[in-house]
Amino acid sequence: MTTMTIAKAINEGLRASLTNNPKSLLMGEDIGPLGGVYRVTDGLIKEFGADRVVDTPLAESGIVGTAIGLALRGYRPVCEIQFDGFVFPGFNQITTQLAKMHSRSGGKLTVPVVIRIPYGGGIGSIEHHSESPEALFAHTAGLRIITPSNAHDAFWMIQQAVDCTDPVIFFEPKRRYWLKGEVDTENPGPASDPFKAHVLREGSDATIVAYGPLVPVALAAAAAAEEDGRSIEVIDLRSISPIDFDTVTASVKKTGRLIVAHEAPTFGGIGGEIAARISERAFLHLEAPVIRVGGFHMPYPVAKVEEDYLPDIDKILEALDRSLAY
Amino acid sequence: MGATQLPTPGINGTGLDRQSPVGGASSDPAAEMIQLLGPDGKLGTDPVFSDYAKRLDPEQLRGFYADMAKVRRFDQEATALQRQGELALWVPLTGQEAAQIGSGRATQRQDYIFPTYREHGVALTRDVDLAELLKLFRGISNGGWDPTENNFHLYTLVLAAQTLHSVGYAMGIQRDQKLAEANGSNEPKAAVVAYFGDGASSEGDVHESMVFAASYNAPVVFFCQNNHWAISVPTEVQTKVPLFNRAKGYGFPGIRVDGNDVIAVHAVTEWALEHAREGRGPVLIEAYTYRVGAHTTADDPTKYRESAEETAWRGKDPLDRLEKYLRNEGLADEAFFEQVRADGDELAAHVRSTTQNLQGPHFRESFAGVYAEPHPLVAEELAWFEEYSAGFEGDEEEGAGN
Repeated sequence: MTTMTIAKAINEGLRASLTNNPKSLLMGEDIGPLGGVYRVTDGLIKEFGADRVVDTPLAESGIVGTAIGLALRGYRPVCEIQFDGFVFPGFNQITTQLAKMHSRSGGKLTVPVVIRIPYGGGIGSIEHHSESPEALFAHTAGLRIITPSNAHDAFWMIQQAVDCTDPVIFFEPKRRYWLKGEVDTENPGPASDPFKAHVLREGSDATIVAYGPLVPVALAAAAAAEEDGRSIEVIDLRSISPIDFDTVTASVKKTGRLIVAHEAPTFGGIGGEIAARISERAFLHLEAPVIRVGGFHMPYPVAKVEEDYLPDIDKILEALDRSLAY
Repeated sequence: MGATQLPTPGINGTGLDRQSPVGGASSDPAAEMIQLLGPDGKLGTDPVFSDYAKRLDPEQLRGFYADMAKVRRFDQEATALQRQGELALWVPLTGQEAAQIGSGRATQRQDYIFPTYREHGVALTRDVDLAELLKLFRGISNGGWDPTENNFHLYTLVLAAQTLHSVGYAMGIQRDQKLAEANGSNEPKAAVVAYFGDGASSEGDVHESMVFAASYNAPVVFFCQNNHWAISVPTEVQTKVPLFNRAKGYGFPGIRVDGNDVIAVHAVTEWALEHAREGRGPVLIEAYTYRVGAHTTADDPTKYRESAEETAWRGKDPLDRLEKYLRNEGLADEAFFEQVRADGDELAAHVRSTTQNLQGPHFRESFAGVYAEPHPLVAEELAWFEEYSAGFEGDEEEGAGN
């Protein structure tokens, strides 16, 4: 066991992939000598050279499009998109090309590309640096989307993403980059399947589902509710596409109540999908409607007011109150 | 091959010191265009590319003609199949045969080709069964052939997306070759050809692909067929400078070639591929040609261009000029042309019968290719569909799609 931050855990995971898989390579803006704006690739160019840690021209479509070409030649590129709000110039390549290549070739071609995207708010940044666009990708068949919430998962999940034959969007909770945790670099343990949700805390009165940056918030809300005598189960979804509905359903059948929390706007979001599926799978077990806690239907607000926008402990507790009072 | 002298790539392109107006509209394309075989069927000379033309033996020249005639016959058959309801859509290539056969025949087996969706002639040179191309247009497959079999990628319909794939693939070739050289292996060097058109040249992906290719010196040949019309919009709306001049801005050679002159296209592409394979970086070729027919079978050119323009271009027909040359030089007799016609009809018959027998897949196959690894949602939806379908078993299959 080693203690490290999430950023360092991803760095170590990438180092392991580059070491273990000679076909893997990293590409992105400023990922070379600078080590990325968040230093996630720090030191890797020195170790693996500029052919495997590629500083690219400043062009996101170019990064994703050339990664597809490299994958068609047998490589496993890991692209870094510098910030969530800058993925959109590459959106066409991701949704019309990367996601569909395997399907349109009748299964003859595979494009094992990983796209790393630091996402989410809470860092006091300027416009386009705080967004949560995961639902836009989840709506596209052919992509897998995963997001770690702790260092151990981050270390293993990035390697699993590189090993995956399908394209993977790897959302990194940027405001948790410096969150430290214990990492077992020898044994993934429960992290052996990146597409499986984890029950982080058992409870009997209600379930909170969260992922990425909101997992610590959900755990804190559950701890606060416990002081009021409420037993809350917390699930870290980990995978946004596919979603491990079996784990969520089993929990809801036990607790009868479900809160889904994410930073992204609730309208058209992952919470709505979970609410719909759970209402189909566990309708007679539900004691209250599924309640979503998330962003508002507006562009991500300016940093000075982002605390009002973001889901926090109080908003989750308020949702729990509503659910339990139903 | 080894004796061939490569022109020194100068800063302004081919190193040929041809005059090319920078920043101005192309008033006289002929002045800056490589042409060897003119519309009159006479072979001219060029200080660099004549040497390439001299490498061609009569067998190859006859082969070019046979290829062009075959793919034109194929094009007619596919158009007919669309008119008869056998295809949802067809994308004719008539007029662009020389650009496609000349460039395709310049590639070697180890090269990899990224076509757009009109490269039926290139497909022929890569030994793709042309009947396979029709699966896409019959609505029974989004691909149809195995791209790894002939190094001929699937058609790409989102314009210019494949130009970036080409550069990435070329970056992969660079890494493979580095490794091969380190291991002392002596595999033939490879390059990539990225096809696109004058319309697609406006897409941002073309710009990004040229930036990446230049930065990494990637072995890629950008082959732009300027056929003068992006559906109904003329090239002047896409560019104020001759397209090949754009290469200068990226720092690699750009060449305009008469796209209806199969000998010049072959020579220029061969030069560019050697340039790329030898590690000298990318080249942009603008093949100056014309889409004689409609954009697709759903298009109506009479709404946006004069028939006089089409007539003028028919006078520059790529097949006619090569036929004149072959006859004048005594390189082909009537029996040859008879044989070409017979081969074309045979191909057309093959394509027709194969197409008519191409059945659609069962819908359940659509679930199989979404992901390469097992996926619970896809499995769940397939299970639901199978159960739902089973409920209809034994019913009359009136109007069943399959």
